[in-house]
Amino acid sequence: MEILLLQIFIPLIAALIILLSGKSIAKSLSGIFSLVPLLITIYLYVNFIPDASTQFLVDIPWIPQFGIHFKAGVDGISLLLLILTNLLISIIILSSFKHDIKNLNAFYALIFFMQSGLLLVFTALDGFLFYIGWEIALIPVYFICALWGAENRIKVNLKFFIYTIAGSLFMLLAIVYLHLQTPGNSYDLLEFYKLDLDNVTQSWIFWAFFLAFAIKMPVFPFHTWQPDTYTEAPTAGTMLLSGIMLKMGIYGVIRWLIPVAPIGFNYWGETALILSVVGIIYASIIAFTQNDIKRLIAYSSIAHVGLISAGIFVWNLQGLQGAMIQMLNHGINVVGMFFIADILIRRMNTRDMNQMGGIAKPTPLLACTFLVVLLGTVALPLTNGFVGEFLLLIGIYNHGIWLAIASGLTIIFGAVYMLSMYQKVMLGPVHSSTAVINDLDGTEKAVLFVISILVIFIGIYPQPILNISEAAVVNLLEQVNQKILVK
Amino acid sequence: MENLTQAIQGVPLNHYILLSIIVFAIGVVGVLIRRNAIVIFMSVELMLNAVNLLLIAFSVHHNDPSGQVFVFFIMALAAAEVAIGLAIIVMIYRNINSTDVNILNKLKW
Amino acid sequence: MINLVWIVPLFPLLGFLINGLGRNSLPKTIVSFVGCLAVFASFAVSMGIFIELISEETKSFTIPVFDWISAGNISIPFSFLVDPLSSLMLLIITGIGFLIHVYSTGYMHHDAGFAKFFSYLNLFIFFMLLLVLGSNYVVMFIGWEGVGLCSYLLIGFWFSNSSYASAAKKAFVMNRIGDLGFLIAVFLIFNTFNSVEFSSVFPQASNMISGDSALILITALLFVGAIGKSAQIPLFTWLPDAMAGPTPVSALIHAATMVTAGIYMIARSNILFTLAPETLGIVAIIGLATLFLAAAIALTQTDIKKVLAYSTVSQLGYMFLGLGVGAYNGAFFHVITHAFFKALLFLGAGSVIHAMSDEQDMRNMGGLKKRLPVTYLTMMIGTIAIAGLPPFSGFFSKDEILAHVYENNKIFWLVALIGAMFTAFYMFRMMFLTFNGKFRGTTEQERHLHESPGSMTIPLIVLAILSALGGFIGIPAVFGGSHWLAGFLAPVFEASASKTSHLALDHTTEYIIMAVSVGLAILAMLYAYNRYVKQAHIPADENTGRTGLARLSYNKFFIDEIYDSLIVRPLNVLSGLFFRVIDKAGIDGIVNGFGKGALEASKTLRLLQSGMVGFYIFMMVAGILALLVYSMYKI
Repeated sequence: MEILLLQIFIPLIAALIILLSGKSIAKSLSGIFSLVPLLITIYLYVNFIPDASTQFLVDIPWIPQFGIHFKAGVDGISLLLLILTNLLISIIILSSFKHDIKNLNAFYALIFFMQSGLLLVFTALDGFLFYIGWEIALIPVYFICALWGAENRIKVNLKFFIYTIAGSLFMLLAIVYLHLQTPGNSYDLLEFYKLDLDNVTQSWIFWAFFLAFAIKMPVFPFHTWQPDTYTEAPTAGTMLLSGIMLKMGIYGVIRWLIPVAPIGFNYWGETALILSVVGIIYASIIAFTQNDIKRLIAYSSIAHVGLISAGIFVWNLQGLQGAMIQMLNHGINVVGMFFIADILIRRMNTRDMNQMGGIAKPTPLLACTFLVVLLGTVALPLTNGFVGEFLLLIGIYNHGIWLAIASGLTIIFGAVYMLSMYQKVMLGPVHSSTAVINDLDGTEKAVLFVISILVIFIGIYPQPILNISEAAVVNLLEQVNQKILVK
Repeated sequence: MENLTQAIQGVPLNHYILLSIIVFAIGVVGVLIRRNAIVIFMSVELMLNAVNLLLIAFSVHHNDPSGQVFVFFIMALAAAEVAIGLAIIVMIYRNINSTDVNILNKLKW
Repeated sequence: MINLVWIVPLFPLLGFLINGLGRNSLPKTIVSFVGCLAVFASFAVSMGIFIELISEETKSFTIPVFDWISAGNISIPFSFLVDPLSSLMLLIITGIGFLIHVYSTGYMHHDAGFAKFFSYLNLFIFFMLLLVLGSNYVVMFIGWEGVGLCSYLLIGFWFSNSSYASAAKKAFVMNRIGDLGFLIAVFLIFNTFNSVEFSSVFPQASNMISGDSALILITALLFVGAIGKSAQIPLFTWLPDAMAGPTPVSALIHAATMVTAGIYMIARSNILFTLAPETLGIVAIIGLATLFLAAAIALTQTDIKKVLAYSTVSQLGYMFLGLGVGAYNGAFFHVITHAFFKALLFLGAGSVIHAMSDEQDMRNMGGLKKRLPVTYLTMMIGTIAIAGLPPFSGFFSKDEILAHVYENNKIFWLVALIGAMFTAFYMFRMMFLTFNGKFRGTTEQERHLHESPGSMTIPLIVLAILSALGGFIGIPAVFGGSHWLAGFLAPVFEASASKTSHLALDHTTEYIIMAVSVGLAILAMLYAYNRYVKQAHIPADENTGRTGLARLSYNKFFIDEIYDSLIVRPLNVLSGLFFRVIDKAGIDGIVNGFGKGALEASKTLRLLQSGMVGFYIFMMVAGILALLVYSMYKI
């Protein structure tokens, strides 16, 4: 049995089992099942040879008449995202244990269903398979948000769903077009890489892919679904969206967009880069005056993702390596942030930060872990965020000093809005409604301790993670740069 | 039979086409401007018959009987259609005491 | 011993972990023991390193610890550098740090967050040690940001007070502005020299020509970092607000160590700055403006800690002025002496505040001389030292800077001299208001008035001795001394020294410069004595209208208000504008516009389905005709 097939399909099987199981055991069952893919990923990591090759390859003809193969493999870039996905899914499932969830079998089944889709996206080497995974990941999260969300969930989710689907439609068109151009009418990614299309076509393909990925990430100005959706979704949904799902967009840019349309990238990469940088500043400034805690984190996430995407579009080793490690970091930090927001919202019954304040006094553990996650988010040295942002910024700097300064403003702005949030929520005088808040307990402690340890550990010793993706990134860079040079 | 064929072929093909067009056009215009359902129905038949005429003319012209086979099909179909169509019109008349199609605008958004 | 330098920051880190994790379970005695011991152990090791370094031939050792970040051609090792500069900083940080830890065991004894306080202090020491020990700019940057974090934590130590929490945030954000400059400078350094290691950057730089544009940009950006960290114009307003923290913190972080990081960094990168004379000019001007402005503000402040805070800003200005005129040695000398006397003054002020039951306003003090004799005496020594009266430490270091300034630019010298006069005035004003005259506080306060316990007075005494005698490590040639400090630091400034002219003043001029500054300081002291002791003048209270310059000075030149209306409020307005107008109405409006458009279009189009059979047929025929025409044209 191919280990990669196990990796992809075990969550699907888990979803079915949990759907059919009794409500009483659904929680514990999903807790256990969430560890299995993580263990498989660890197995993959241990057996992974850190070079540029694609390993654990699976290639099964699926619909051979149309050249569709079930072709998937793992290289350094994919492996990092597998680690991210499976690690965060475990954390997210653990973090949801405190909630009273109606129909919890369905809830957990959907999460596992989505996990399968995500794993498919991150390993697929076939355009058709990639698209299938892309949509499979979307549908469960739509239901999670639409069924378990807050008051406005239906309207907001409809927008989110249609917006992302509209984006992926363009991607589908591009994939089908590429499929028709390949000599053997194949969907194979490597065949796509080999294509030699003219400039105009490549520009079209660039934009078709970019639209899909930019909406997913989201990059300014395609971001407006995001704050509403993050705010209205249940916390697990928000974590899935922000922690893992938006990485699909980033991964797509690295694996599909730029290598498939290098010339298009050469023409339009600068535009995308500027959009990303504008997004950083724009979202940061908006975050200044938000009073809704989830909305503030949502806007901060746009700013941070803008930095990651800028790091990719400068297309150099530092920027890409920074983006790779920052994807992991952002996932960990944003999940931590939303979990803390969730703890506060559950205890305070409001998202309005003006009604909080002084919470640090009754909850020292929460205050401490909150601060650690926050410091990771504002990229203090020796936390995970710094390693990523340092590499990203140096990558952007290599492209142009003014862009680096503009992106670097995130260091200042991030400190402003994050510390304002911390001050509004945790500091200041204790008042009657906040004095009685309980500190962390049980699973909350476990989740936040794991996250805090990760934040600090990656900050101190990031090299193992950088090593995973380095060879693959170098290889990808060379491949694309050669094509651009030839033109 | 031979004579008949020759007689038909004796008339230039253009004339058949012209006649068909005229009959068809009458049918179209009839359908478009008349409001009585029965007259519209008759106009539809006119169009069908214009096509029939053309099919036969071409069929004879090319010495290919398949055109005439089509005509039989169309005639059978037209008969069936008339049966159902007239039945509908009768039902309509019984209900609203009119066969004016402009009164029949219930079937909208 | 030098190879074990990684132990030095390890001790405080362990102290932080022990006290931090055990803050609810450990008793206060163990907490204070662990906290102090961690720093003392570091001090002992630093002492060993220092002694070993003196006897060594080579004066610079790089000790790698592990590889931190590497990506492509970037490789940033986590490694430490031991040389005269860093070994002296080690001694200052751990030595004064230890004294302040001891002091804190007394000062913070009644505070609920005792263990938390010690863990933060240890963490600060850890980061500060990283800052000075880092052998490359990135490790330095870890410490650089880390001390900012600790400063944030400690300013906001009593976070239940909203204004304290705001002060903490302000400090962190203003530091971050500087940090961005530092970070960009690091990128530029990497780009120019292909390395961020000091041992690789400086030799390469010394081969570049003076005034190289890359160097100017690098140094300017580094200086932006220094401006933030060392509270210079325009980023100095956080430091006075930082006095919200407990007083030992003000002494350790906001006077003796962290705020001098900017000077340390420039002294460390002296070769880069020497080769960028334009930047040095800016450094000098900023330093000069800061020293003057802060001294002018300090003249009228009534909060004892605020006076000291502005005095710190002003003294930092002196150090930058010294750096700006190329007196690296003098500036660093002033860092050392300033660490002694400013720590002493802050701790003394803390002792006063402690005795006065948390009263900080000097208008409510007075006559404390007899009740707090040790505090009074030690603080007096500190005051004389900072005023620059011989033979106390401040005299030597300040004079060295002033002599260089005089040689460089006479106008600068004049302004600096006025600043020195201001310094003497406000310091003695503070002393007289606090310790002379009648007691002006409440009877409740008077009853509690007491000299601080031994744990607090002993550090005061030690620091007083250091403030009095510390200047003797750098007796200039003019007094027949050999200037031990200059000799010891020579390897660090070697490259710069060969590129700058030496001080070429003859001894007579030097004597005159000294005499003028000492004379002015004594005049200022006498004026203060006359005004606040003889005439027993007491500053007017808050609500009295002040006019002219006094009003400007008392209100700190309205700089906070200017920043508020120039930066903070416009940004908030912009934020609201972006959110409501551009985001919600603009971009989201377009996105929703697609949805609305589809809805509207379908609403309009469905009207076509009128139910009129005639119309349907007409459309059908029209459609057929259209197809016909289209196909005919196509063919």
